[in-house]
Amino acid sequence: MKTITIDPVTRIEGHLKIEAVVDGGVVKEARSSGTLFRGFEIFLRGRDPRDAARMTQRVCGVCPVGHATASALALDDAFGVADAVPDNGRIVRNLVLGSNFLQSHILHFYALAALDYVDVAAIDEAGPDEPALRQVKRFLDRGELGPFVPRHEGDFRLPAAANRGAVAHYVKALEMRRLAHEMLAIWGGRMPLQVTTVVGGVQCAPTDDKIAAFLAKLDRIRDFIRNAYLPDVLAVAGAYPDHFDFGRGVDAFLAYGCFDGVASSGPPSERRRFLPPGVIRSGRLEAVDASKIAEHVRHSWFAEDCAAAPAEGRTEPAVGKEGAYSWLKSPRYDGAPHEVGPMARTLVAYHAGAEPIKGAVDGLLAQAGLTVGKFGGVLGRHAARALEAALVADAMKGWALGLKPGEPVCAESTVPAEARGVGLTEAPRGALGHWLDVADGRIRNYQLVVPTTWNASPRDADGVPGPIEQALVGTPVRDDENPVEIVRVVRSFDPCLACAVHIVRFRRGEGRTVRVV
Amino acid sequence: MGSVQEVPAVWIQGACCSGCSVSVLNAVAPDIAASLLDEIVPGKHLNLRFQPTVMAGSGEPVVKILLDTPGEKKGGYVLVVEGAIPTAADGAFCAVGERDGRPIPFAEHVEKLAASALAVVALGDCAAFGGIPSTAPNPTGCVGTAKFLAGKGVKTPVINLGGCPAHPDWFLGTVAHVLLRGLPAASELDPWGRPKLFYGKLVHDSCQRRGQFDTGRFARKPGEAGCLYLLGCKGPMTYADCPERLWNGGTNWCVGSGAPCQGCAEARFFDRFGPVYEKVTDDRLAGLREDSGA
Repeated sequence: MKTITIDPVTRIEGHLKIEAVVDGGVVKEARSSGTLFRGFEIFLRGRDPRDAARMTQRVCGVCPVGHATASALALDDAFGVADAVPDNGRIVRNLVLGSNFLQSHILHFYALAALDYVDVAAIDEAGPDEPALRQVKRFLDRGELGPFVPRHEGDFRLPAAANRGAVAHYVKALEMRRLAHEMLAIWGGRMPLQVTTVVGGVQCAPTDDKIAAFLAKLDRIRDFIRNAYLPDVLAVAGAYPDHFDFGRGVDAFLAYGCFDGVASSGPPSERRRFLPPGVIRSGRLEAVDASKIAEHVRHSWFAEDCAAAPAEGRTEPAVGKEGAYSWLKSPRYDGAPHEVGPMARTLVAYHAGAEPIKGAVDGLLAQAGLTVGKFGGVLGRHAARALEAALVADAMKGWALGLKPGEPVCAESTVPAEARGVGLTEAPRGALGHWLDVADGRIRNYQLVVPTTWNASPRDADGVPGPIEQALVGTPVRDDENPVEIVRVVRSFDPCLACAVHIVRFRRGEGRTVRVV
Repeated sequence: MGSVQEVPAVWIQGACCSGCSVSVLNAVAPDIAASLLDEIVPGKHLNLRFQPTVMAGSGEPVVKILLDTPGEKKGGYVLVVEGAIPTAADGAFCAVGERDGRPIPFAEHVEKLAASALAVVALGDCAAFGGIPSTAPNPTGCVGTAKFLAGKGVKTPVINLGGCPAHPDWFLGTVAHVLLRGLPAASELDPWGRPKLFYGKLVHDSCQRRGQFDTGRFARKPGEAGCLYLLGCKGPMTYADCPERLWNGGTNWCVGSGAPCQGCAEARFFDRFGPVYEKVTDDRLAGLREDSGA
């Protein structure tokens, strides 16, 4: 029995520490902790509610658009304009969010996850038509290998040709994700921290030259996804078939869905979202009922009466509380932990029979020789993410062509004196909700329940561990000194710790660091 | 290959959103692949020994780099700070790594790494001035790097690159300047420690809607043509070259997309300038003259 501590876990957003108890080469128990607290919910209070769509983007520079979207939806709701958002506003919001999905998914697989599977140091020659590999070779020849060493060693299984291709794509992906941000900036002004998404719609006026520029950049990214990203994920799948089996987690999934098909003040199910909302429990699809969401604090350093639905959420630290080991709260749906993210969205869409997603999943399963029941674990998450990138990229073309230059982009509104609003959408890494309470025209309370809170939550009131904690149990660890399997499981969730933190403190004198949601 | 000089750099993240890391990934010339792998200016390669968002390793081996660099490369490396430094509760609100089973406060890393560095680049508003987490009521006691180091008696020069996020050119252009000509002279920095090369002019002075301001044509609602001053634009009080440089490889900028400038290159912009979508009132404008914000 040995406890492995990995602090910091790099190549994620934010500060994360993982502790895993390993016995007989298998993880028996795991805990995840964050190590930064900034206090967004504290400094949002008292501000102009419209500023929330700008400020909450600063929660996370990797997925700021998800926060701007959730915030704008909550503001639409509170300001009474959810029905009035013009089509141009709805479509530009979708294009901005979709562009960042592409940026985030490409960044995640190549820049963040790939170095666990792809061996950059194995490039020993580069041909005249391989500029990316020549660049890598020159770098390797100089012998100063930061930031690619030190690293966890071993278990690089890709055949040499596939490894060469993936290394070249690692370099190319840096250009492709940059292009996705350039595409976004056509509407959003700049990226990260775009400026267009506001209550009532957006601020930019679409024109045909912008639509053409957007589509030209989109086409290059679609080509990369189809001809590099998806094939590379399948190559990794071929070399690491066991990675579909471990890291599976809770086998319950939650998605709010995103990319509204119609303007509507109704719940997500009435917005005809391209990625539909849903809950999967025991292999069955159900409609999302937001009133079933509650945050537990039994094992978190918060006063017991902080356990509540998000709209009533409070954050009162209780340092040293008995039985607590985390500053993350534990969001639960109908009392149970649920995984969120591309895997959840893909399975929800699949079980809902939503096209083109279902057909694409069936095609991918046939290629990988899997059934939908086996589609999970570490590689299931990577595959779902890649497939989602392809489907969203394809769909965005049609959305962009639906823009109408000269038509309105934003519904007019005034700041209400008293109001409440909820915004439910998806960040690239999963279901994202903002709950807003306005009093005297200022923010009285603002609560965020973010994807990594769901996935990285600690044990709940019933003692049930969170999704990442459960996913780590049973993970084989071949070498205690190189616990690459553990970081592969954690990274497959694409954790975003900046998002996950609502409140964090230190448990003094015990050497444990945590971030909270 | 021996002709290439390796310039060590350590990039650490504190109370931040990683947005400045992501922004630098958007660099075009030199692009990020060239910056990571190749010579950033002829004969010099920026050797990023530590960068949490892209580095291969995790855990103890990488923390060792933070602990060993001041001794191994004394006076010969660049420290890049991203994010503010939480100082409340003895720095407990942000920790990076452990030593002897105890978390190491981010503040301790900054102090030790800065003390032996050639120069410190405070990247983005949080690192330069405290930024977002330092907005009222600043629950974690966040401060900017220069202020923090002054309190610790560390004299290493600090170059402030404001912006939320910072523009990739502001960072790579500063690095190129240091590698080609050495540290900037005091006369090359503005009163807030920012290079005049990038922060020398008001946004308002080179804004493409300036003519509409001068002739009184103002947008009254989002999406309308006209100067955005009445919709809250902070261009008249913000020093940055956004209107000329543009963002994302010359694609666009905030005002170009119909959004008012938020003043994000300036210290504590959310607090000093008031609500994003409200015109700055005259009393606030007067106060700004007195308040350096740093």
